[in-house]
Amino acid sequence: MGLLSKKDAALIKDPLADNNPITIQVLGICSALAITAELEASIVMSISVLFVLGVGNVVISLMRNIIPSKIRIIVQLIVVATLVIIVDLVLKAFAYELSKTLSVFVGLIITNCIIMGRFEAFALGNGPWKSFLDGIGNSLGYAVILIIVGFFRELLGSGTLLGIPVLGDPIEKTGLYALGYENNGFMLLSPMALIVVGIIIWIQRTRNKDLVED
Amino acid sequence: MEKRTDKNSYTVIFAIAMVLVVGALLAYLASSLKPTITENERLEKQQNILYAMGINENEGTSANFVSTDDAPELFDKYIKQQLVVDYNGQATENDQAYLIDVKKEQAKAKDGGVRQLPLFVGEDEKGKKYYIAPIRGKGLWDAIWAYVAMDENMIVQGAYFDHKGETPGLGANIKQRFFMDDFIGEHLMSNGTFKGINVAKGNADPKNNDKTDNEVDAIAGATITGDGVSAMIRKDLKLYVPYFKNLKQ
Repeated sequence: MGLLSKKDAALIKDPLADNNPITIQVLGICSALAITAELEASIVMSISVLFVLGVGNVVISLMRNIIPSKIRIIVQLIVVATLVIIVDLVLKAFAYELSKTLSVFVGLIITNCIIMGRFEAFALGNGPWKSFLDGIGNSLGYAVILIIVGFFRELLGSGTLLGIPVLGDPIEKTGLYALGYENNGFMLLSPMALIVVGIIIWIQRTRNKDLVED
Repeated sequence: MEKRTDKNSYTVIFAIAMVLVVGALLAYLASSLKPTITENERLEKQQNILYAMGINENEGTSANFVSTDDAPELFDKYIKQQLVVDYNGQATENDQAYLIDVKKEQAKAKDGGVRQLPLFVGEDEKGKKYYIAPIRGKGLWDAIWAYVAMDENMIVQGAYFDHKGETPGLGANIKQRFFMDDFIGEHLMSNGTFKGINVAKGNADPKNNDKTDNEVDAIAGATITGDGVSAMIRKDLKLYVPYFKNLKQ
């Protein structure tokens, strides 16, 4: 990345792997469990978080010297809530269809601990440009895990990807189903998301021993 | 040395200023965008009603409404009558019936009042009549609602379901074609009495061949939303039974 200095580039790259918000920092787990039953929902959530975390990090970073430390968590909460409400209102007025799709995610974004986590850990102590990169990097890292989990849950749970059947028709018994394959309804439930995330963490730590804590 | 931002007085002033700024900003945005939002909601109601009677732009397996530009014109064309029905099945015409807020009417009934029941009579090109009723109930997290189109015998001809905040991928799938289309042809009555339609787990009829069993197949992982759909149909559509009885006499 020619545009960014080495340090800046690291802000984007680290959260994608060795400092991933979900698998390493354990932020944003709740939404990773709740909405990954379908790939499409995972993608929509990832984009929403990308926007809110990118803008939110910049706003908090700009305010970092004037926020009273005693009430900083409340201030952060207000900033996220305001951003999300503004986006929701504007979408409702000018892109109604899209707002219907996103409305379910609004509540999930506000309570998403990845947002508060990055405000607290990064934006409060760094400049706006760095905070913006950190926001983008972390939401991309979050997106990668969400999309992997969503991919496997939808494929194994419903036999579809983005709503398109890829393994045949389970009722007509075509494709794989003709051979006796069955969808695993268990994959649609939240505990299986936790297990998929667990497997990702396992693979990641096997490949990079530095991440293993004693 | 104590930082300036650690002082109590600073904290209080900051908090007050922040609340004022944010409050004013949101209040301004909400009130200036309200007319556009209300208009969008009005058009959506028309689209929903038309969808239930089969006036839609469905392609493949996805559910698509008619465009918002065409909705008012098509609504006038296909919806021949807008009625408000009472508990005895007496109907009065009211061309603003589609604006009746079912949520408020339900609240009225809860407080001992009398509920207005909107009903829309649609007619397609072939002269087939549809009776479309809006219903509302509770899902897992928040409200769910639907527009159900029926014929004179209370056999479902089409349905549109929607929700406020069901889980994406699970309960939210009630607004998917595979769920909504299952209701088409399903009987609400059983041997002359109202039975509703049960969203059933393990009804051993996943292809929904038996239309008279008062059951459709449930969505895996969305038990409570499905139960909410059953309850909503049972409670709200039952109120329309007297109207359909009168219709046959």
